[in-house]
Amino acid sequence: MRTSRRGFVAGASALALASGSTSAFAQKKYDDGASDTEIKIGNTNPYSGPASAYAQIAKTIDAYFKSVNDAGGVNGRKIKFISLDDGYSPPKTVEMVRQLVEQDKIFALFQSLGTPCNTAIHKYMNQKKVPQLYVATGASKWGDPKNFPWTMGFQPDYHTEAVIYAKHILANIKDAKIGVLHQNDDYGRDYLGGFKEGLGNEASRIVKIVTFEATDPTVDSQIIQLKDSGANVFFNVSGPKAAAQGIRKAADIDWKPAHYLNNVSASVAAVMKPAGFDNAQGIITAAYIMDATDRAWDDNAEMKEWRAWMDKNMPGANKADANHIYGYAVAVLMTETLKRCGNELTRANLMKQAASFQKYRLPLLLPGITINTSPTDYYPIQAVQLQRFKGETWELFGEVMHAEST
Amino acid sequence: MAASSKKWLWGLLAAAFLVPLLRPVLPDIVSDYRLFLVSTMMIAAIAVLGLNLLTGFNGQISLGHGAFYAVGAYTAAVLMDQANWPYWATIPAAAIVCFIVGYLFGLPALKLEGHYLALATFALALAVPQILKYKWLEGLTGGVQGIVLNKPEVPFGLPMSEDQWLYYYVLIVMVLLYWGAANMLNSRSGRAMKAIRDYAIAADTMGIDTALYKTVTFGISAAYTGIAGALSASAIAFVAPDSFNIFLSIKFLIGLVVGGIGSLAGSVVGGIFYVLVDNSAQALSTFAKNDLGLQFDLSAYTVFGILLIVLMYLMPMGIVGGVYYLVQSMRSSMRGPQAQQQAATQKQHATR
Repeated sequence: MRTSRRGFVAGASALALASGSTSAFAQKKYDDGASDTEIKIGNTNPYSGPASAYAQIAKTIDAYFKSVNDAGGVNGRKIKFISLDDGYSPPKTVEMVRQLVEQDKIFALFQSLGTPCNTAIHKYMNQKKVPQLYVATGASKWGDPKNFPWTMGFQPDYHTEAVIYAKHILANIKDAKIGVLHQNDDYGRDYLGGFKEGLGNEASRIVKIVTFEATDPTVDSQIIQLKDSGANVFFNVSGPKAAAQGIRKAADIDWKPAHYLNNVSASVAAVMKPAGFDNAQGIITAAYIMDATDRAWDDNAEMKEWRAWMDKNMPGANKADANHIYGYAVAVLMTETLKRCGNELTRANLMKQAASFQKYRLPLLLPGITINTSPTDYYPIQAVQLQRFKGETWELFGEVMHAEST
Repeated sequence: MAASSKKWLWGLLAAAFLVPLLRPVLPDIVSDYRLFLVSTMMIAAIAVLGLNLLTGFNGQISLGHGAFYAVGAYTAAVLMDQANWPYWATIPAAAIVCFIVGYLFGLPALKLEGHYLALATFALALAVPQILKYKWLEGLTGGVQGIVLNKPEVPFGLPMSEDQWLYYYVLIVMVLLYWGAANMLNSRSGRAMKAIRDYAIAADTMGIDTALYKTVTFGISAAYTGIAGALSASAIAFVAPDSFNIFLSIKFLIGLVVGGIGSLAGSVVGGIFYVLVDNSAQALSTFAKNDLGLQFDLSAYTVFGILLIVLMYLMPMGIVGGVYYLVQSMRSSMRGPQAQQQAATQKQHATR
């Protein structure tokens, strides 16, 4: 029963492909959503609801595509960016994405946001063979080309990042006794899994693991438990709000471990400042993208270009909000991917181009970090550099670390 | 009057069953996506009907029907995922589980009236997503990740698309449930339910076991909403705690009030309304910004809110009540003052 259905879907899409190609010119090839004048790109983002702060990403992408269109578009074609609100609710995402794919006939879905939301459409997109490209979540499951060849992530996955922290702890701290605080969900467990893998047979160095819910008002009791466990290393896997509370509480109860904070909460404006700069000194985290508050980048050409672009295209937006940097960078990558497709705008070719970046320098990534993909490697960014909090900003140190080399 | 409305009903049902067959002929109008959308509307209509049985016909307020929806959805999902049950068998299972949960919740609810009951159910709606994430249940519920399912497959090799089949499946369940609800409401039990709503003490005096009726109504109402949840699990093919937040319960209530409290047809209209407006609010807000040239962002929820306020002003008895009133007043203005008086008394009946 199932195979016949799959066969039907495959047959139907092959038919669609064939009928699409006959009507086009000899060397130009199009799938649904692409034509001589236009490429339709779909997106879902939480414009409403508790996660709506992330919507700045989609707004930045929209502004970037507009500026690309004003400059003549991609190979003469304008990008039509259709972004719908899913309120971070998975069933809503399914409805919206079906509308995008079946009614609006988008060429590809790009930067759909949220781990549960993308999980809800993962199977659907791959059955329909519509690219689900550069999704806005760091879960490690997006890099699975064998089972899900139409889905690709963007940022370093949580798993890889955690491996890097573990290696750094083993190399630099003697007799480490590690306490872990993590959010009780996919994201938290992804980090924990990577961390344990990184520790390898030293995993017994973890003396205490405590969890919290994303909706918990505070993490005070968890921090006290970690202190009591006698840990001298603190691996902090928490979102911005809980991270700030945790840093402050640890200082309040005079617990001074070596503190490793996940990259999700590296924002100076949203975490370090509310936690108190005095309390945050010496915290270590990993970064892959530049921070707009970091004075070190003031003379950087890419940062200057971005600032000028923001002033022109998004006047009034808060430049300290890291979502603008992220949105800009990922939109540049998408535009480049489309450009590389040339006149063969088929979905298969889009995935092929997305999977063949080699040492591509994406603006605003940290120096030394590049985009690398292959048909078996669906993780575009897999390198990070560690940074330490000093004074009122982050200070990079050490080498850029690649997941492959650690 | 009764005969003509029956004709309408049969006509509507025939259309509901026949139109999807046009899919091969008119693939652009009767598309898979539209069928799917109508399926979600019907699922919403079942959930709103469940709430209507409790609030509209029995007078107990619930702000927490999203919880029963979640229990139904998870019952179905767990049975399909862990025990490999076929999707159709999960419907009765979800109904039974939700009936028991609803009945048990109805017991303490007996002591709570009006606003207090609303608060208690509100708490239930807040608690359920947390419970679903609970460590001990994670093996079953998949925790925050939720459970990914398969969509119902077309049986007997029927020449249909998955969405067409889903549409018929949901339609059949909905028709059966509405038929059951209509019969129940026209029976002795139904009259007892309504008597309790209208005047509980009088109903008690007449020998109606109010405690039993209230708890059983709670159970039935939960079972209806739970069935809707089970259907949605099949339709969306994914369940996660994030799907069942407090907004869901509020949306059911909006559907109920907008459609028409205490009216079966109102539940259908309410279900259609909330899916439709929920989806088109964003289109309206972008339309207002791009085409009408508004200077500021009008969020989708703002549009939704404005629509609701306007509707409540124009049709305080819900859409069905409003349309009924309109039809009546048009008729009476054609007939003269005597009939007008008659219509006014009829209107009063309609609003109850």
